[in-house]
Amino acid sequence: MANVRDHAGRPVVVVTGMGIVTSLGAGKADNWSKLTAGESGIRTITRFPTDGLKTTMAGAIDFLTTERNTATDLSDLFADLATEEAVAEAGIGTKGNFPGPLFLAVAPVEMDWQMRDEIASALGPKTAIDYDAMLRLSGGGKYRDAHRRFLFGTAADRLADKYGTKGSPISISTACASGVSAIQLGVEAIRRGETDAALCVATDSSVNAEALIRFSLLSALSTQNETPHQASKPFSKNRDGFVLAEGAGALVLESLEAAVARGAKILGVIAGCGELADSFHRTRSSPDGKPIIGCVRNALSDAGMTPEQIDYINAHGTSTPENDKMEYLGISTVFGERAKQIPVSSNKSMIGHTLSAAGAVEAIFSLLTLEHQRIPPTINYDVPDPAIPFDVVPNKARDARVTAAMSNSFGFGGQNASMIMTREPV
Amino acid sequence: MSDVEAWITGIGLVSSLGEGLDSHWDALQNGTIRADDKTFAPYVVHPLASLNFDQQIPKKGDQRQMEAWQRIGTYAAGLALDSAGIKGNADILGRTDMIVAAGGGERDLAVDSAILTAKVQGNAAPGFLNERLMGDLRPTLFLAQLSNLLAGNISIVHGVTGSSRTFMGEEAAGIDAIRIALARIASGQSDIALVGAAHNGERKDLLMLYEFGDFNLKDQFAPVWSRGPNGGFALGSGGAFLVIESRRHAEARGAKPYAKLAKVVADRARRGTSGNIRETLETLWTQVGADPSRSAIITGATGAEPATGEERAFLANHAGTAVRATATRFGHTMEAQFPLGVALAALSLSRGALFPPSDPSGTEIAQPSSPTQIVVVGTGHWRGEGMALVEAVK
Repeated sequence: MANVRDHAGRPVVVVTGMGIVTSLGAGKADNWSKLTAGESGIRTITRFPTDGLKTTMAGAIDFLTTERNTATDLSDLFADLATEEAVAEAGIGTKGNFPGPLFLAVAPVEMDWQMRDEIASALGPKTAIDYDAMLRLSGGGKYRDAHRRFLFGTAADRLADKYGTKGSPISISTACASGVSAIQLGVEAIRRGETDAALCVATDSSVNAEALIRFSLLSALSTQNETPHQASKPFSKNRDGFVLAEGAGALVLESLEAAVARGAKILGVIAGCGELADSFHRTRSSPDGKPIIGCVRNALSDAGMTPEQIDYINAHGTSTPENDKMEYLGISTVFGERAKQIPVSSNKSMIGHTLSAAGAVEAIFSLLTLEHQRIPPTINYDVPDPAIPFDVVPNKARDARVTAAMSNSFGFGGQNASMIMTREPV
Repeated sequence: MSDVEAWITGIGLVSSLGEGLDSHWDALQNGTIRADDKTFAPYVVHPLASLNFDQQIPKKGDQRQMEAWQRIGTYAAGLALDSAGIKGNADILGRTDMIVAAGGGERDLAVDSAILTAKVQGNAAPGFLNERLMGDLRPTLFLAQLSNLLAGNISIVHGVTGSSRTFMGEEAAGIDAIRIALARIASGQSDIALVGAAHNGERKDLLMLYEFGDFNLKDQFAPVWSRGPNGGFALGSGGAFLVIESRRHAEARGAKPYAKLAKVVADRARRGTSGNIRETLETLWTQVGADPSRSAIITGATGAEPATGEERAFLANHAGTAVRATATRFGHTMEAQFPLGVALAALSLSRGALFPPSDPSGTEIAQPSSPTQIVVVGTGHWRGEGMALVEAVK
């Protein structure tokens, strides 16, 4: 039996179940086949009117709907589907009785326009609508469900109720690094010996008008609306922003010892996690790249590994001019000349940027890369940016020997998180 | 893994009662309560005391990029770093782990109101909402609303960059932030952490959310134990941040502790069944392991029913232990209520006394002897229960 302790004497943490939903489809099998075929899930938005918007495409999950089709309802649905798949694959616990805590990466919850419209309609056209008027109508129990719906803790509550996770579930937001942070919290809990298993889920359903407008006002989104599937082009010279997308990923983490003891199939190892915050600016990375460099080095150090041992990087690769440039600076500083040889691909070229879910979705794709020994491509790579001489695995998937993969996530608010996954314990 | 002792070496407090430890201690001694039943009538709120934000957020540009909740939190975080003696210490701040419990920022009420008015009056062409939002939203408002941007602002203004994690989920987020910070320090995963939360209770959009569930206290202030069968909470504005570090780390830099953070436990009662909150609190009480002969309780009981009623039944079962409710004095600061309780516990232990009761119902009784342990209780208005054991350092 493999050593159940890592280089630092901590329990080795493995993955025994994974579930995923993206604009490409539901489930690991569908996602992996489309991802490695270089398919794009980016389409023109049909869920709501896009008149007047600068960006009219997204990686929306249109094949799933709910009664209200709102951000909170869809986000909950995606999380549930991904979790169901992950828990079923792991075969852990009993139905509704998951033997460990829940860590959920989720977008900040907000009351939606449907809710405000409902109250405004009830007030009618005879009076000006403001929050005082809406407040007068809000109480009395007529909208009681809306209280629960718009609490930040409700998404985690629902998963905890259904899957029977233990203790107080944690909802985390580290912007676009949230998915990695949720996994990191699970890894740390297992390493502390608090639990043998953890359920780490990340979900995001932000394809709505206000979210698009917010990112548009910050000039973060691609506006290449005519050819949606070609809009996301990480590391290309003509990249012009990210494509907003939806998704969810769920991972069952266990200590290697517990997984082996119950005869679970091991899908991969979470060898190390690193993080480091950036104090430079609310939306931009420090121009010297130091926080990203430190974050990547922290992940390597946590895994007890050297850059030479990493043979694939699943990039954050958002397709914004700023991010891709800074990611190259960070990676090339840590990896030196190898930065030009090591395969670095961006799933976001196909699925867009799933925001809070991205870290978990891309961790799952990294683990599938290790499992299948096949690297998903960066599609839409026709005009290379000479300032970013990565081997981006252009346009076509590639078979390769991959023993250790790094996945990066960076977000607004100075959030940086990196994770290293291996096929076998290091 | 061996359990490392964790000390609270820094406290930053701002609230309706003022800023800093001395003014809070004085207000608690004097029984000061600053509830406002006029500004948001019929709702009662505890508004933030007047602050000079320049003192902790020197750049006006930074202040302009924040909404009130972020300014409150960034200010309180600065006070905590000052109090721990690490403000401006780039070496330590560069490896200080941060966990912030946060909700989100407020909406632009004027923009929302104008759009809703136009829509109900028939201006509902496809794209109307899009055009108005594109034209009327301030580009940086999003950054003032995002939950993780309180932590982001603390990184920018104070240079805390070891790590940055934001927990969401109302009261439970505040409990779990401190629970995880302690677990990481106790297991050697972290040496020093800045942990806390901030809340702006003077917000109509938040009042609306809680009004859906009929949770707002209306018309007249009453102490949390005297709010009648329907209960209710009065939102409070405030921020509470703590610097928590391993004893070894504190001693190496000559830092003095306010108190020791001995234990934090949390759970999630299935509230569909009456009595489960009380039962969960009893279990947590056993887990937290206080010695009733030398302890007191500081609770964040909100006033919301049935949670506060069940908590009162739990407290009645431990009637020998003196109780103080923060919500009577500060209002309900949601994510910040549990960090606030831990801050007041550490402050009380460092001053060798519990502050006097403020409750005509008899739930709060005078504490003749000085407690050397304080159990901080958090019972969320809708979900989540937790307790912390804070101990005097001899």
